[in-house]
Amino acid sequence: MAKRIEVSDLNIYYGNFLAVEGVNVSIEPRSITALIGPSGCGKSTFLRSLNRMHEVIPGARVEGKVVMDGQDLYGADTDPVDVRRQIGMVFQRPNPFPTMSIYDNVIAGNRLNNKKMKKSETDDLVERALRGANLWNEVKDRLARPGSGLSGGQQQRLCIARAIAVEPDVLLMDEPCSALDPISTLAIEDLMAELKERFTIVIVTHNMQQAARVSTSTGFFNLNGVGQPGRLIEFNPTEKIFSNPDQKATEDYISGRFG
Amino acid sequence: MTATKAPIEPPSQQRTVRRPGDRLFSGAAKGSGIFILLVLAGVAAFLISEALPALTAPSEEIPGGEGLASYVGPLILGTLLGAVIALLVATPLAVGIALYVTYYAPRRIAAGMGYVIDLLAAIPSVVYGFWGIAVLAPQLVPFHQWLTDTLGFLPFFAGPASTSGRTMLTVGIVLGVMILPIISAISREVFSQAPALHREAALALGATRWEMIRMAVLPYGKSGVIAGAMLGLGRALGETMAVAIILSGGAGATLNVISNSNPSTIASNIALSFPEATGLDVNTLIASGLALFLITLVVNMLARWIVNRRADFSGAN
Ligand SMILES: Nc1ncnc2c1ncn2[C@@H]1O[C@H](COP(=O)(O)OP(=O)(O)O)[C@@H](O)[C@H]1O
Ligand SMILES: [Mg+2]
Repeated sequence: MAKRIEVSDLNIYYGNFLAVEGVNVSIEPRSITALIGPSGCGKSTFLRSLNRMHEVIPGARVEGKVVMDGQDLYGADTDPVDVRRQIGMVFQRPNPFPTMSIYDNVIAGNRLNNKKMKKSETDDLVERALRGANLWNEVKDRLARPGSGLSGGQQQRLCIARAIAVEPDVLLMDEPCSALDPISTLAIEDLMAELKERFTIVIVTHNMQQAARVSTSTGFFNLNGVGQPGRLIEFNPTEKIFSNPDQKATEDYISGRFG
Repeated sequence: MTATKAPIEPPSQQRTVRRPGDRLFSGAAKGSGIFILLVLAGVAAFLISEALPALTAPSEEIPGGEGLASYVGPLILGTLLGAVIALLVATPLAVGIALYVTYYAPRRIAAGMGYVIDLLAAIPSVVYGFWGIAVLAPQLVPFHQWLTDTLGFLPFFAGPASTSGRTMLTVGIVLGVMILPIISAISREVFSQAPALHREAALALGATRWEMIRMAVLPYGKSGVIAGAMLGLGRALGETMAVAIILSGGAGATLNVISNSNPSTIASNIALSFPEATGLDVNTLIASGLALFLITLVVNMLARWIVNRRADFSGAN
């Protein structure tokens, strides 16, 4: 079930280094939100703070609020493990578990949530998730083979299948296509368009055409200089960002007149 | 990745230029490889030729008077018993320590603990022997009694429990402590190399730290742990001094590891008997050494086989 995420006054630190400052944004359910901006402006850092993956790095911490449908994700009684079970993530580099088969990769998250499942149930689930990730036809005959034997694009779709198999409320994707060829990229963009019917999707992308093609809203991150914190400069419907942005910096970045 | 290997073109007429440095290095590497093989072959040839008289001698002339098999058999059993106990004691401990140091302990404690464990490897085996007989053996006497009282139905703990503690069990535990640093150092190394990519994949799925370890660290480190355990096993099989000091041996083949009469081990038996041995006695001892050599070889091949069995899933591809 797709959920809304409200971020208020979020500061994100690595130790004493303030990497992202003062983010306020509301992310709509059943939509694709794209985050764009130059390298190092904190897009990944912000994305990882939404499912509490940021704090996995030693010394990393956040200040401020992230609320998902009324649930304070950084509340004192919120377990980060629960947050991550509700908010799935797809990484820049495809990372299927190399020691697991394709089948086991898909249900890896479900095994964590629910230890006891009947074989017939997991079979259904694997097929549903792989179909959902447009990968079923390519791998249905080799489910017992290792996931690392697939092509990069297939591996990334396997990771998407793994993420959606647990039916998360939100799906975060950090440059999911940057390591892929154009055909695989298109396959994943088509997939995102389908997935947005069911999930709230937030995607970081370096590729402006991709942001324009797939997203409903776009956020532009920028930073004033090296060592300065990144900020969310503008957040608007994608059409507006790409035709008539509010901020000069956004327009400069989008039109390639940057830095 | 399943990139099909491009067929390597056979070197055509056109000669490849080889730099002197490359030639030197490849020559040195090849030379060392051949040298090691020669040494190994030399050792094997020596053992076989020296063991041959004992292998062919009539059984009454072998020490004990009942033939080579009944002389070496109990020694092999004793060697394996001690080493297996050591492995059972050391492996879970070593894996636990390695996981604690790499994924649970605060940074400062972790480094210190790593050093202390590594220091265990620097203690000479004579010292382990004395510690075993003077400190550990008496301490373990009540444990021996408890074992035979509660688990006496198992052949290993049939009793009667030793009152000195100089048993195969004590030997196994001491050997376990001795090989602990080997296994834990290698485990630590492989665990810390488990790719962040896969650890984060597990965490992002909502894995707890332990679940993350089970999904992304243990499977990745498994073959390393096995390799470490086999290295440790090799050390335990060949350990001489500590066993010679602690064990009250001299018994025939028995699985009972808590009584006063235990089978000796090959290495400690050689050390204890060799000074007095003459004639065929020497050949018999060397024959037992040949058996140890073969056991170690088989253990290593087994380890290799285990490590390679699921190479597809090893994460190396
Ligand atoms: N693990 C880390 N430790 C310390 N600083 C980091 C770490 N990861 C990223 N940073 C810093 O945080 C800032 C934002 O990085 P990142 O979120 O990766 O940017 P983006 O994804 O937009 O390229 C950069 O200045 C980067 O150097
Ligand atoms: Mg990034």
